[in-house]
Amino acid sequence: MAYSDKVLDHYTHPRNVGTLDKSSTDVGTGLVGAPECGDVMRLQIKVNPATQVIEDAKFKTFGCGSAIASSSLATEWIKGKKVAEALAIRNTDIVKELALPPVKIHCSVLAEDAIRAAIGDWKKKHGAEAPVENTAEVKA
Amino acid sequence: MSTEVKAPEGVKLPIYMDNHATTPLDPRVLEAMLPYFGAKFGNAASRNHSFGWEAEEAVEQAREQIAKLIGATAKEIIFTSGATESNNLAIKGVAEMYREKGNHIITCATEHKAVLDTCKRLEKYGYRVTYLPPGKDGLIDLDDLKRAMDDKTILVTIMAANNEIGVLQPIEQIGALCKERGVLFHTDAVQAVGKVPIDVNKINASLLSLSGHKIYGPKGVGALYVRRKNPRVQLTALIDGGGHERGMRSGTLNVPGIVGLGKACEIAMNDMAEESKRLTALRDRLKNKILAELDEIQVNGNMEHHLPGNLNMSFLYVEGESLLMGIHEIAVSSGSACTSATLEPSYVLKALGLGDDVAHSSIRFGIGRFNTEAEIDYVANKMVDVVKKLRELSPLYEMVREGIDLSKIEWQAEGH
Repeated sequence: MAYSDKVLDHYTHPRNVGTLDKSSTDVGTGLVGAPECGDVMRLQIKVNPATQVIEDAKFKTFGCGSAIASSSLATEWIKGKKVAEALAIRNTDIVKELALPPVKIHCSVLAEDAIRAAIGDWKKKHGAEAPVENTAEVKA
Repeated sequence: MSTEVKAPEGVKLPIYMDNHATTPLDPRVLEAMLPYFGAKFGNAASRNHSFGWEAEEAVEQAREQIAKLIGATAKEIIFTSGATESNNLAIKGVAEMYREKGNHIITCATEHKAVLDTCKRLEKYGYRVTYLPPGKDGLIDLDDLKRAMDDKTILVTIMAANNEIGVLQPIEQIGALCKERGVLFHTDAVQAVGKVPIDVNKINASLLSLSGHKIYGPKGVGALYVRRKNPRVQLTALIDGGGHERGMRSGTLNVPGIVGLGKACEIAMNDMAEESKRLTALRDRLKNKILAELDEIQVNGNMEHHLPGNLNMSFLYVEGESLLMGIHEIAVSSGSACTSATLEPSYVLKALGLGDDVAHSSIRFGIGRFNTEAEIDYVANKMVDVVKKLRELSPLYEMVREGIDLSKIEWQAEGH
């Protein structure tokens, strides 16, 4: 399969790889996908409580090159945005930017889910209404 | 992530290490074939002139060379277009010829598709097929085979060496059991012939399939060994016509291909002992270098009963396609079929009980005649480098390091 230059660039030089302290009240964590499907993304955000600006974003992804690129791009895009602006990012924007072929569209869907899950987790910590249905949680 | 490990002096990229898929043609084989593309163009079935005699002589020499490699006689070798045809001819040919005797066939779940799909077709025509499940190490249990046999069993077809995980099935014991029960025994020996010693009498084979392009010979040519005595095996032909190959396979013989197959067998015969030692050493070098640098690796298939050049490893918590992307200058195969529309991982690895996630993380290395120690070192370093980097990216690897049990997590796949 031929990968677009942008996918190759994110795969070779992934942005914002890492881990934030998931117990911090300013950090939201989204974990989406499943190992048996071949894709798991964890995306984390650190939000400034005063400005609602996403000051930092980190990801780790188990998955194909397109999945890695989609989540890397997602962190790049949400950093510096307000939470509400980050929620406006759509998977189709990621497909367009990375020139993903149809068979890889699910990677972009997963990246959008990861953004929503991370924001949902953060909102939950602040007692707000939170769409948490996409977040995978450790049982017990 | 793919630029760190530099190719050392003498290593030319890309590196071919997928020798179970196909092998490069040995230059000695090419040399033997060339005259039969030129002046020696005769039809081996032309009995009344020198062009025909010349072709026939070359074909008969190849028959001898092949027979010698597997301990058969030349008259027991039937030429085909390749092992897929050999497997079809063996299984369908026996099924039809021995229909009155019984309708039951026994095979294994990890056979090549040329055997499995042939058996599936026969099921549509009223045959019963037992697909023996292998153990975790890829080997079949002889007691399972014994239990599966009944008075309607006409054929057992079990491969000599597996094309993905390289395990060598206990064909000598299987053959003995079949002989005891009066059941015919076919073995798809495509990956084993020329790599490990095979003697059709020692293993009591009734039928044996082999292929040219897996042993540094040409594509499009193969052979089927058909036993002529103790007992004589009869087949119904798949292809009717001029009655070539004792009526079992009509069609003008592919003389250059057959010459190449014969030469490839002769070379294998002469070089096997030394080559298998060398490939085993290279295989172990690759395995040990990787295991020394990386944790969470699973080596698939019984390593005691194993092809010299095969290594199948699962790199846990790293996804197969991203791994292949990082090692794009190395030609290997993945247990992950992630790029296909079905997203189905290898049925062979799944038959061993590997989960989809582990199967997705598997790489098959097929080391062959033309691989060098320098290439092995390059591949080992590259694998270590790419796997380490992908694990830095892997949330699963991080969670496992933290002691989280991944099976206790409620995973949510994307909505599709």
